[in-house]
Amino acid sequence: MSVLVYAEHDNASLKGVTLNTVAAAQQIGGDITVLVAGSGCSAVAEEAAKIDGVAKVLLADNAAYEHQLAENVADLVAEVGKGYKYILAAATTTGKNFLPRVAALLDVQMISEISAVVDANTFLRPIYAGNAIATVQSDQETNVITVRGTSFDPVAAEGGSASVENLDLAKDAGVSSFVGEELAKSDRPDLTAADVVISGGRGMQNGDNFEMLYKVADKLGAAVGASRAAVDAGFVPNDMQVGQTGKIVAPQLYVAVGISGAIQHLAGMKDSKVIVAINKDEEAPIFQVADYGLVADLFEAVPELESKL
Amino acid sequence: MKVLVAVKRVVDYNVKVRVAADNSGVDLNNVKMAMNPFCEIAVEEAVRLKEKGVATEIVAVAVGPKQAQEQIRTALALGADRGILVEAEDVQPLGVAKLLKAIVDEEKPDLVILGKQAIDGDNNQTGQMLAALAGMGQGTFASEVNVAEGSVKVTREIDGGLQTVELKLPAVVTTDLRLNEPRYASLPNIMKAKKKPLDTKAPGDFGVDVSPLVKTVKVEPPAERQAGVKVADVAELVDKLKNEAKVI
Ligand SMILES: Cc1cc2nc3c(=O)[nH]c(=O)nc-3n(C[C@H](O)[C@H](O)[C@H](O)COP(=O)(O)OP(=O)(O)OC[C@H]3O[C@@H](n4cnc5c(N)ncnc54)[C@H](O)[C@@H]3O)c2cc1C
Ligand SMILES: Nc1ncnc2c1ncn2[C@@H]1O[C@H](COP(=O)(O)O)[C@@H](O)[C@H]1O
Repeated sequence: MSVLVYAEHDNASLKGVTLNTVAAAQQIGGDITVLVAGSGCSAVAEEAAKIDGVAKVLLADNAAYEHQLAENVADLVAEVGKGYKYILAAATTTGKNFLPRVAALLDVQMISEISAVVDANTFLRPIYAGNAIATVQSDQETNVITVRGTSFDPVAAEGGSASVENLDLAKDAGVSSFVGEELAKSDRPDLTAADVVISGGRGMQNGDNFEMLYKVADKLGAAVGASRAAVDAGFVPNDMQVGQTGKIVAPQLYVAVGISGAIQHLAGMKDSKVIVAINKDEEAPIFQVADYGLVADLFEAVPELESKL
Repeated sequence: MKVLVAVKRVVDYNVKVRVAADNSGVDLNNVKMAMNPFCEIAVEEAVRLKEKGVATEIVAVAVGPKQAQEQIRTALALGADRGILVEAEDVQPLGVAKLLKAIVDEEKPDLVILGKQAIDGDNNQTGQMLAALAGMGQGTFASEVNVAEGSVKVTREIDGGLQTVELKLPAVVTTDLRLNEPRYASLPNIMKAKKKPLDTKAPGDFGVDVSPLVKTVKVEPPAERQAGVKVADVAELVDKLKNEAKVI
């Protein structure tokens, strides 16, 4: 049995979520190969080779993969992946973008965003915004799977000494090209990996008021998230949205400020260890999942919270 | 140019579904059904392209039970010109993508717009699979779509921010929440939609096998969270977080 794990990176360094994906691969069992596809990304391959439990690293270093264009990456992974029983990627916007293409090219039904490995053919995955958990089984020749990072504890980044093999495969499908990107810059921890997350909703009223949350976040070493309503209203950028169709987080502490607690929002945060809700409406559904609920006006409570930390 | 939109019939997003007593799935008896919200955004984008004079014809396609006609009629009321229903139940994304590929081969659209995700299965696969099968480029999770001569620029919502790609036409686009705000169908348009053409097909008409490849063994409710407590003030909250939960 063999597992191919697709590495998530920015050509300079490996993204932590790769370690969670390798953890899922270990639970499935078998030899683990990590594929690094990018451009000028040999440092990433070196990093991947050190991951605990990885047997081999394949490096496809080519301009065609620089921006992770789905068309090019999928052609590569479909070809390299033919010899593997499992092909895994993180359920990030990168994995969600190219992996279904791989599955279609291999003529298999992909399994999206597993949250647990029951056995080598059986997996759990949330459906209906996490209101139900499906146990799914596949006897397909190749299993193509995205992994929900927050559901698997990462393996150690160090301890392995895998060999790195260069792949001379330039796949340029020739149908797409990269135009540009606007990436959020932040000194705060990554939303999906932070131990503490503080999120604001429509109750924040505008983008400037998020400054209050940033101040609390800086005291707690927290990441800042948001509800869809706050993103739609333009208070904060889209990459901060937590929920069914945004980012999934599961920190030690999640603080929801001015968020009502719609099922789509809960889907993204209800696996947090401790949940705090600050809302002026004592009937707000968020209180049904909150360990500690504070019925208060956020414009008074949040500055006070900051001063008491 | 011709635009194809894929619309799925799903449980209305306001409904909190319950798992069926026999754990075979979720209980859909007497539950309100609707067009998947991301598909509403797809239809709206197609209609706007038509209003701008970019699109000339919009074809709405659904794969689903007979009642999925309702969702096609909704698309027709919103501005689609005709509909195709492929009658089949519980088809998995690869099967849907194969059916859409067969329809793409017949209809030869320049652009296919789908939702990024159906909110029942939360798969987020079909558009990408269709693009692969058709050998097309894909602009997934779109928050902006600009069609030019022979190509389309798509701005995509990605984990790190926004990314813009350019795709040769024909291409596949899947919608994210910020692409547009869908309109409501007016009563006169709902009436007019009843007269628009709607073809009904079966998977066999396209020679596509839609048997499921992944089996759902059982469906269970998620672990419930224990009900928590209300705290009186910020001081008590900080105290609890420090001394009881020990998370700060
Ligand atoms: C297809 C689809 C996908 C979706 N995906 C997501 C998703 O991924 N993530 C997500 O979050 N949502 C998502 N939603 C939207 C979701 O249904 C809700 O509309 C959204 O979560 C509401 O955001 P909110 O709680 O900030 O706003 P509201 O529901 O308007 O709640 C605002 C809250 O703030 C409180 N408040 C107001 N002023 C104050 C004050 N001064 N002090 C204290 N409290 C105050 C109010 O009491 C209220 O509870 C999705 C919806 C659809 C249809
Ligand atoms: N049965 C279906 N009928 C029509 N369109 C579908 C169907 N299933 C999926 N789609 C399209 O594919 C998108 C993504 O669905 P999914 O891959 O199931 O999350 C949906 O928003 C629809 O546009």
